[in-house]
Amino acid sequence: MASTPIDPTGPSRLFSLTRRTAGVLVSLAFTFLGLLFVTFIIARVVPIDPVLAILGDRATDAQIAAERLRLGLDEPLWKQFGIYVWQAVQGDLGTSIRTKQPVISEIAQYFPATLELATLATIFGVLLGVPAGVLAATKPGSWADQLVRLVGLMGYSMPVFWLGLMGLLLFYGVLGWVGGPGRLDAAFDMMFEFEVTQHTGMILLDTALAGRWDMFANAISHIILPAGILGYLSMAYISRMTRSFMMNELGQEYITTARVKGMPERRVIWVHAMKNVMVPLITVVALSYAFLLEGAVLTETIFGWPGLGSYITDALLVGDMPSVLGGTVVVGVAYIGLNMLSDVLYRLVDPRAR
Amino acid sequence: MAELAAWLRDPSPKSRLQARLGQGYMGWLRFRRNPLAMIGLLIVMLLLVVAALAPVLAPHDPITQDLRMRLLPPLTEGHILGTDDFGRDILSRLIMGSRITLFIIAMVAVTAPLFGMLVGTVAGYFGGLVDEVLMRLTDIFLAFPKLILALALVAVLGPGMENAVLAIALTSWPPYARVARAETLTVRNSDYIAAVRLQGAGAGRIILGHVMPMCLPSVIIRVTLDMAGVILIAAGLGFLGLGVQPPMPEWGAMISAGRKYLFEQWWVATMPGLAIFIVSLGFNLLGDGLRDVLDPRNSGK
Repeated sequence: MASTPIDPTGPSRLFSLTRRTAGVLVSLAFTFLGLLFVTFIIARVVPIDPVLAILGDRATDAQIAAERLRLGLDEPLWKQFGIYVWQAVQGDLGTSIRTKQPVISEIAQYFPATLELATLATIFGVLLGVPAGVLAATKPGSWADQLVRLVGLMGYSMPVFWLGLMGLLLFYGVLGWVGGPGRLDAAFDMMFEFEVTQHTGMILLDTALAGRWDMFANAISHIILPAGILGYLSMAYISRMTRSFMMNELGQEYITTARVKGMPERRVIWVHAMKNVMVPLITVVALSYAFLLEGAVLTETIFGWPGLGSYITDALLVGDMPSVLGGTVVVGVAYIGLNMLSDVLYRLVDPRAR
Repeated sequence: MAELAAWLRDPSPKSRLQARLGQGYMGWLRFRRNPLAMIGLLIVMLLLVVAALAPVLAPHDPITQDLRMRLLPPLTEGHILGTDDFGRDILSRLIMGSRITLFIIAMVAVTAPLFGMLVGTVAGYFGGLVDEVLMRLTDIFLAFPKLILALALVAVLGPGMENAVLAIALTSWPPYARVARAETLTVRNSDYIAAVRLQGAGAGRIILGHVMPMCLPSVIIRVTLDMAGVILIAAGLGFLGLGVQPPMPEWGAMISAGRKYLFEQWWVATMPGLAIFIVSLGFNLLGDGLRDVLDPRNSGK
């Protein structure tokens, strides 16, 4: 292994911290490069000819040759890869075949919808998952523990698109409690477009900022079901991890000490143990957030949610590979970023990890 | 029976076989105490039996269309779960579809762990630059969200069962590489490996014959736990029309076909989803129970 033990008498802590950060950045760059390499390879072996896809099959030979030159397809592969990486670093992910628009600006339009959905789902997941996990950990083997375990395993076992359809059938079709597919009712859609300043692209935030509470309520009725379903998946994961972290903490000696001193059990769990459970839990929440970006792909197709998932699957069905791969890169980057973030937070919160 | 149990429980086994079987028996006793795990085992066994006897069990032909019988509700005479938009019996399609699901699981369960183990053991055994390169590669694949990478791969390879299997296998090997590498690092410097090496065995022989078997238990637990995820991804690909193609009765594709009739004929989309849910719940329960039994970190608590 390449890691060297830290010598307390050696270079200052600041130095070791900078060195560690540099190491993280290098490995981050490497992973990003690998990500681009994989999508590049996929793009190169794809059976769809990018030139024909852009020009159509009536193009003349001269046009085809010119387009090949413009796309750099005559260059050697390594050089093409270099150009691809250089453009990606500058935020250029190519041009959509469907709409002729730059992929990155299209994704910028779609991304807020996904972000809004995933954020609300994560909030649901934490609010439900943490108490459920704590309850299960404080009474291991009880019926409550078994119930939390079963509910969690059910979340792991359900196809999310099916759960979405069942949710629509029950809460929209039969009970009529929630709005149907889409982010707003059709009547509000136009109004939102023209009457509300879009600061963030997230409807809940924008309507609240504009004080349009009628529209806000309508948006809530549309987002509540998909966010609830994704939140359930997130809860399944968070409750399970919380339970195991909490079990681990409750076996520690400082907990016994606190109990022997006569501290109320509620305080022992929620103040003393929870403080230490929070540390690994940050990583779990970040991971579940990343995982929701993925779960959103199938959920969005069910709920007609105009987010990144819909963007990728729609592009896939018409063979618009630059859009598919651009979307893949963006999700991959978000994934790497969230992992990084959780790592950094972990180091900040836990002194042992510094 | 009592004698057999006593023989298995013997605290001082006379042979290696007896010791191993005894260990297995004790594990089984622990496993049997967990009702949820037993339910999981039952579901997985049921899936195996149904898939094996599918042509016998299916009351109707799963492919032949009969438009006079289309969209019959559940509990209709002869069609317990109703019929779909082409008048095909849903129960029969579910039963035949179990073979497709099982085939996908089996293919992924054989290929991905094998490849992952190869990468992990080689990286762990050689260390140094080889380790660095292979583990970076693993990290890159881990950085991709599984479903999205599988989507992109199938888009390139073209839809179909074989390509779906390939895409899922290509996205699910990295965790096995991680597990196998960790196990390899713990046994790499043990005496028995040194002994084999002194007898003149090459790296290939040591890795395949003496390191890999040590990784098997932890990899097998992971495989069982991962199978539910594989079922869900396969169903997701089928749902998007990228997996097994119609008229094959793949469960995910069946849900997709029933989507059009969701509000009027709810059963067409509901039934295949229930099948997916039950089967992957079975694998999750089984994997969870197996981990409790086989993972020493969890025992005794």
